[in-house]
Amino acid sequence: MSNWTRRAFVSVGVLAGGGILVGVAMRPGNRADNLAELVAGENETLVHAFVKIDQDNIVTAVVPHAEMGQGAQTALAQMLAEELDADWDRVRVEEAPPVAGYAHYTVGRGYLFKDLNLPDIVVPSFEGVMMRLSNSLDLQVTGGSMSVRVTGTYGMRVAGAATRDMLKRAAAKAWQVPVDEITTEKSMLIHGATSRAEPYAVFAAAAAGMTPSYSPKLKQLEEYKIIGQPVPRFDIPAKVDGTAKFALDVRLPGMVYATVKRSPVFGGRIASIDDTAARAVEGVLGVVVISASESDTFIGAFAVGEAVAVVAEGYWAAQRGLRALEIEWDGGGNETVSSNSIFAQFEQDISAAKDRKIDLEQGDFEAVFASSQKVINADYRVPHLAHTCMEPLNATAEFRDGHCEIWIGCQNPLGFRRAVADALGIRADNVTLHNMLMGGGFGRKSRADWAIQVVHLAKTVGRPVQLIWSREEDIRQDFYRPAILSRFRAAIDESGELEAWQNTYVNKLEPTEAPLIPYDVAAKDIGHIDSPIHVPWGAWRSVDHSQHCFFTESFIDEVAVAAGRDPLEYRASLLKDHPRHLAVLQKAAREAEWGQPLAQGRGRGIALQESFGSIVAEVVEVTVVDGQASVDRVVAVIDPGFAVAPDGVTAQIESGIVYGLTAALYGEITIENGSVVQSNFHDYEALRMAQTPQIETFIINSGHAAGGAGEPGTPPAAPALANAIFDATGQRLRELPFSKHLQFI
Amino acid sequence: MKKKLSVNGVQHTVDVDPSTPLLWVLREQLALTGTKFGCGIAQCGACTVMIDGVPIRSCVLPLASLEGRQVMTIEGLAPSDEKLHPLQQAWIEHQVPQCGYCQSGQLMSAAALLARNPEPTDAEIDGAMQGNICRCGMYGRIRKAIKSAATSRIAQSELHTFDKTDEASDE
Repeated sequence: MSNWTRRAFVSVGVLAGGGILVGVAMRPGNRADNLAELVAGENETLVHAFVKIDQDNIVTAVVPHAEMGQGAQTALAQMLAEELDADWDRVRVEEAPPVAGYAHYTVGRGYLFKDLNLPDIVVPSFEGVMMRLSNSLDLQVTGGSMSVRVTGTYGMRVAGAATRDMLKRAAAKAWQVPVDEITTEKSMLIHGATSRAEPYAVFAAAAAGMTPSYSPKLKQLEEYKIIGQPVPRFDIPAKVDGTAKFALDVRLPGMVYATVKRSPVFGGRIASIDDTAARAVEGVLGVVVISASESDTFIGAFAVGEAVAVVAEGYWAAQRGLRALEIEWDGGGNETVSSNSIFAQFEQDISAAKDRKIDLEQGDFEAVFASSQKVINADYRVPHLAHTCMEPLNATAEFRDGHCEIWIGCQNPLGFRRAVADALGIRADNVTLHNMLMGGGFGRKSRADWAIQVVHLAKTVGRPVQLIWSREEDIRQDFYRPAILSRFRAAIDESGELEAWQNTYVNKLEPTEAPLIPYDVAAKDIGHIDSPIHVPWGAWRSVDHSQHCFFTESFIDEVAVAAGRDPLEYRASLLKDHPRHLAVLQKAAREAEWGQPLAQGRGRGIALQESFGSIVAEVVEVTVVDGQASVDRVVAVIDPGFAVAPDGVTAQIESGIVYGLTAALYGEITIENGSVVQSNFHDYEALRMAQTPQIETFIINSGHAAGGAGEPGTPPAAPALANAIFDATGQRLRELPFSKHLQFI
Repeated sequence: MKKKLSVNGVQHTVDVDPSTPLLWVLREQLALTGTKFGCGIAQCGACTVMIDGVPIRSCVLPLASLEGRQVMTIEGLAPSDEKLHPLQQAWIEHQVPQCGYCQSGQLMSAAALLARNPEPTDAEIDGAMQGNICRCGMYGRIRKAIKSAATSRIAQSELHTFDKTDEASDE
């Protein structure tokens, strides 16, 4: 956490000097006429930036977060409707357009005034924003599990309460009664003494002319009627009949199709190209080279490698054309890099310990190690991982008269608009971005590389272009969860008590606290080495938590075993100062019948991690017989503070566990000759139905600050499984994926 | 080359390279975009449609092989505009989809299963759905939804196929 304080301080400093964001950030009401033009339809009044009310008294929550399956749009509407006292049956939701008025001021507000731990996924953006206050605030990120805990807590609830307050004031004025005597219920304004009742719609226009309160009174937990209810999600009906619109489903008159290929060796360039055969393919219209560039916008700097695209009448022709291209690539010097050479480099750099940076240091750990009865050493490693969203990357764009229109599903529409504008050399005002439903995101859709490709194509071709990546390109040109080596040393005394914990790993990314442990140990030394490689990295569901939780929660299990103690009891004994963690851990153990004997060949493992403001424990049960394994059951407990949408939280935990188990069982991107070996789902497998365990999820509403749900389910899955495999077999697996050692049936 | 193609009971005439996989004909020529592209090599199931009642991955099925056969896509699964297929109702009831991208394919595989086996066991469900990947990991909910659709009485009486085809008016 210490690093956060530093970052927050820097940002606040800039802000205090600039002053603009403070003003904006403190105005959750921030109603603007130009927003009304963009989002208010016929007979609708934009009462507040986040709230529209139409003449039929339908309340629409305008939510500044994208939908990628996490269900946050529905949860945000619940938060708004709760404070507004809206009639839930007449509440709708729509995604805010990517315009500056819907940038995440609320993030700034939470960050500044509530000591928020800002998720690292937005830090480059946010700090970029700080530096460019005078320009605009192009921050509209869906990531870091922050929709509900940040926008919901600091934005939607405040907006709902402020709107309700304005409606009451408008009615009080019209009815000539004191505002305190007006009550609200199910989108109605009521004055009991004079038996008057009118729908919100009647006063929407008058309310819209008022100034919203900066700090309206919010409801107490026990007053909730809509928050905490398992309401059906708004986006689901369209997802069962084929009508839900993803970017891939955009159809424009005169549209052509394209597919691309970049250098298999990351950062490589085209040495020579022969497109004779490609151009001869029926339906192929042309071959376009998209030059390399750097994108350095608020969403973080990254390289967009040189690419060749084939444009055709249809995707099939484009794909056949691409296969017919004869390309010689210049790998740029990285042609000999392999996963083996990467890990050899990591070994060397960790052993040399040159320029080791400290994450956390406390106690006299060297003295403890020198005098300790027992020292336990272990090295852990994880390979690179791709995201493999179900929907391969795609986007559609049209460029006409200096204006670009783009249809895309992405996790940061405002940032993407800026990135696209920069790439085209035009003003962001001249880019209209339509954010579509995402067929999965998981962090991949926070980097705008393919958006930059499609707008270049649209400009070059002069017709609307739909760019569709093949699955092979999707897997081979990702921003990967990094490969990591992590080295541990622990000391225990004669009674098995943990005396010292030392950890050195390569390539620290985000969030900064991911390698830290909640356990009470007097001497801790956690640090990292930079060991740069050419494989690009990106946020992958739960980011650094996914690998560090595997490392730390496996190693604490090893320590417990070395101490001759039960892994659950050992953890619990080290959590006396962490009552929330302890409660989550113990409930998971209880629900999983921890301690009940299991049949021969079966095992049980536990893991615990706090991430993105929520605490999750998982107990995995596994069966291993003759090298054949099956994951039978997972019991998960989450304390997210308070679950706004309990079924949504449950679904996210189930999803996070399957995502984590996929990585644990199968996930491995191998580098050979500087390039990715895997290419599609046959060699980069995903968990399927038969391999998926029974999952039981329990929620603890502790009443603490709201935590996220999209990511926290993922980290404990791999270590809980590793610990279960150890329990079943006595075999300690210290590297992912486990399919290297066991066959999963 | 012009080819005839029957989709959801409607006969179409399309003029594309006959090696083109059905997936792209559906999406590009017929604007039936409910069927999705996921892998292109029949590994993920996102493109699943029914051909004469059998679930098939449309991303590897050339148009040329479809003469005289009946294609059903997600757009044709509901028995009418007013009424959903029991599986679609169960999908909503169990809040199955997350991102939703794989769900057309999941539903078509499930519908084909129930059409030939109205009361599948867990193992039979696993077997029938093994070709469909869901990266959001909603397998538990999918299994529950299939079982609840199977046990509802309407599941059997309302599974439908297209016995006859009408000439398309739009082609």
